[in-house]
Amino acid sequence: MDGVHDMGGMHGFGKVEPEQNEPVFHDDWERRLYALYRAMSYAGVWVIDQARFARERLPPAVYLASSYYRKWELGMEKLLAELGLVGPDELAAGHALRPGKTLKRKLAARDVPNIVTRGSYSRPPQAPARFKPGDRVRTKNIHPTTHTRLPRYARDRIGVIEAVRGCHVFPDTVAINKGEDPQWLYTVVFDGRELWGEDAESSLKVSIEAFEPYLEPA
Amino acid sequence: MAQKHEHDHDHGEHGSELSEMQLRVRALETVLTEKGYVDPAALDAVIEAYETKVGPHIGARVVAKAWTDPSFKRTLLDDGTKAVLSLGIINRVGDHLIAVENTPNLHNMIVCTLCSCYPWEVLGLPPVWYKSAPYRSRAVNDPRGVLADFGVKLPAGTAIRVWDSTAETRFIVLPMRPAGTDGWSEEKLAGLVTRDSMIGTGLAKAASEVA
Repeated sequence: MDGVHDMGGMHGFGKVEPEQNEPVFHDDWERRLYALYRAMSYAGVWVIDQARFARERLPPAVYLASSYYRKWELGMEKLLAELGLVGPDELAAGHALRPGKTLKRKLAARDVPNIVTRGSYSRPPQAPARFKPGDRVRTKNIHPTTHTRLPRYARDRIGVIEAVRGCHVFPDTVAINKGEDPQWLYTVVFDGRELWGEDAESSLKVSIEAFEPYLEPA
Repeated sequence: MAQKHEHDHDHGEHGSELSEMQLRVRALETVLTEKGYVDPAALDAVIEAYETKVGPHIGARVVAKAWTDPSFKRTLLDDGTKAVLSLGIINRVGDHLIAVENTPNLHNMIVCTLCSCYPWEVLGLPPVWYKSAPYRSRAVNDPRGVLADFGVKLPAGTAIRVWDSTAETRFIVLPMRPAGTDGWSEEKLAGLVTRDSMIGTGLAKAASEVA
């Protein structure tokens, strides 16, 4: 979706402000929320792109005004309600009003060492890769109202396949419960001027990780 | 069953009133626990892991090893996942860790414009600026300006390559080894490797900064 989350190239957000000696979390609620998110992910109730899509669907003004973990919290509330796992009435009451559903699994402390690393998104391919390194491609001019990982700034642009990264779960379908539909993933590199016009620095190059359905031969 | 956990003392400096987010997260944890979806002890373990075990010190060891061992460096640039696993620091690495090398002619910078994808296994959780709108918006069209925000000025002849993490591949920058560090141990070299140098918004520290 063409939302405010798709920030690449936008103007007006000001300077980057690094914080010296930044703590991992800035408040105790961030700690608890982060852990709750990981525990519910482990329970298998959503996949990462469903969680991203829930945050992308927050009202634009809320998205822009919220800290990272506040977006996570609001996205979680939305997903939990949509999945029928927690009702807004229960969050308002601060207590469960109905019994929980049976989930695939439950995170225990002993499992934690195995979740600090990420799972695999590789899947067996459904067809041979259509492109190889060195191929010129044009990204499609698509504007789905649903989740996509093709950023706006890199649509309808000519680039070059730099690497084939294997075949992966396709975010655009898995985010909307239409299955993993595995697709080949490529690193596609663009000249800065192809993306930003003649004012861009001539030596700048920017790459995206692009799924095969985003690309056509150029 | 309100969750009264051990971290409550942290709120002292903010006064006794609970913020909106403290209340929301407390309600969420209570409901998820009462429904049997989460175990508070597991939550504590997750927090402990990310506050004490996972962090940029892991990436720094990877970089220091690459600076001292050419064969390891080749493996790292060829297959980041395999190389990091071979160090035995962590027992699993996500499938698609990709290391990109800085040279005098090329400087790499990592961003995620769509959300905040970051190589958690080797750098820990990302800093706030990495997740902020200024960084996510400007890294792809004004990387030199972003570097200036960090006080970093590259030679005009150094080209910049920005990697937008739009899928489940994850990137780590292999910064240039600082001059004057010949013969240094891996451990001492690791002390030069900053988090930002592995994201590409900084450089490794000069030898004089830790000597």
